[in-house]
Amino acid sequence: MSAGETDVRPEEIQAAAIAGLLEGARHVAVGMVSPIPGTGALLANERSGGGTRVSILGSKKTTFWTNGGSELFDLAGRGRLDAFFLSGGQIDGGANVNLVGVGDYPEAKVRWSGSFGSAYLYFVVPRVILFRWEHTRRTLVEKVDFVSAPGTSEPGVHRPGGPIALITNLCLFDFQREAGRFRLKSLHPGVTLEEVRDNTGFDFDLPEHLAETPTPDADTLSLIRGPVARRIADVYPVFARQVFGIEPAAA
Amino acid sequence: MTVQHLADAASLAALVPSGARIGVTKGEQTDVPMAMALELVRRGVTDLDLVTIPTCAFPASGMMLDILVGAGCVRSVETSGVSMSELGAAPRFSAAVKAGTLKVVDATCPAVYAALQAGAKGQPFTALRGLIGSDLMAHRDDWAVVANPFEADDPVALLKAINPDVTLFHAPMADRHGNVWIGRNRDLLTLAHASDMTLVTVERIVDGDLMEDETLAPAVIPNFYVTALAEAPGACWPQQADGTTDLDAVRAYMSAARTEEGFRDWLAAHVFARPEAAE
Repeated sequence: MSAGETDVRPEEIQAAAIAGLLEGARHVAVGMVSPIPGTGALLANERSGGGTRVSILGSKKTTFWTNGGSELFDLAGRGRLDAFFLSGGQIDGGANVNLVGVGDYPEAKVRWSGSFGSAYLYFVVPRVILFRWEHTRRTLVEKVDFVSAPGTSEPGVHRPGGPIALITNLCLFDFQREAGRFRLKSLHPGVTLEEVRDNTGFDFDLPEHLAETPTPDADTLSLIRGPVARRIADVYPVFARQVFGIEPAAA
Repeated sequence: MTVQHLADAASLAALVPSGARIGVTKGEQTDVPMAMALELVRRGVTDLDLVTIPTCAFPASGMMLDILVGAGCVRSVETSGVSMSELGAAPRFSAAVKAGTLKVVDATCPAVYAALQAGAKGQPFTALRGLIGSDLMAHRDDWAVVANPFEADDPVALLKAINPDVTLFHAPMADRHGNVWIGRNRDLLTLAHASDMTLVTVERIVDGDLMEDETLAPAVIPNFYVTALAEAPGACWPQQADGTTDLDAVRAYMSAARTEEGFRDWLAAHVFARPEAAE
């Protein structure tokens, strides 16, 4: 690692890892309040010379729809969305996602915002990338309290889509659809396997060779800190200020 | 059918009875009917069943829903998401769910759209992929799984149509005939088709006929679907006509509404003590 790369921020490593999962995708959509996935998707867009189209929900400037809010789901149902991102208040070892709350539903000890498009997009989008920036036993649990969207489906249920990976502040997991289980893929720099085990509430498999999540090279960093940062600042100004120290361009 | 041209948001809100099923859109564009919502609070309307198309998870729309819930106007919320987006959770909504005083009918965005589209077409239900195996499905008696009659071994979800009694929204402009221009915000068109009544505040009323301009007409809700409207600039506050949101106003609300007492103080200052001239 060169001296210049020692100040690489965790968000940049995570975004670069996400971009790696998006190679070859024609169309990637980013949901609400997802700045790091948005950064990764825009990096994939820059690297592909625009070949990977990115739609960031929440603004008409960053989406192309003319048929209202249902257009995203309609185009996904027609197979025109290759990748999407989901998070959850809880995610379990079977990749079930809970966006509703903690407790015995409909009672709630904690109420979250709701399931958004998860219970549909998880079924029809081929590459769903799960993300959670608090990797603890509170968030990565053995079994979710409420299934907003199931990680796998019974045989016979129409399911061209589903989870391919889970990225956290500690590591990157692959999801094995046949087995319905996560397999650790790489540890972020400075993180140990023991730390991941201690903070994960579910069992997961280990790969033959456990890698370190790559630190972005100089070219990737200059893309992230240049055009990607400027574009993300328009959508997520608070994030861009914190991570890249830049302000949105004047309108 | 003649569109009623009313004086203000209060006159529109007066047409909404307690117990009505109310449709509102997600607030991505300048469509949040805050002025009408605050008039419902002022009137003390109760037992509303809110249907969000498909969420109220932008700062202004989340705030509007939160105020209606906190003020006791709402019996149930059918939604795929309620929050103030990047600013955080909706405080009175969260408190009401925890206290068990609000019924939440949890949905997922494309199911709301599909059911609303069925309602707009006057059909009883529609089919949708996904959903099967989720706990959303398990708690909805208006969703069902059936065998696809056209394919073997293909279970598929059916959703009962959504037809709100009343739709409320704010729009950029209308003409004197009651045609309402909505830009690319086509959720409003579907919602007006599906609803029995549509009440609209507009930023401005323009001369001429919006239906006669071929570049504008495709983005117009024809007056046939509009029950009543009023010219009420700024009625989407804290959204602003330029498409931005006054986030400081939302933050101030969220800070006050962290407690029931703070919320009551906020209502006293912003709803009950608001001078008539400011409306």
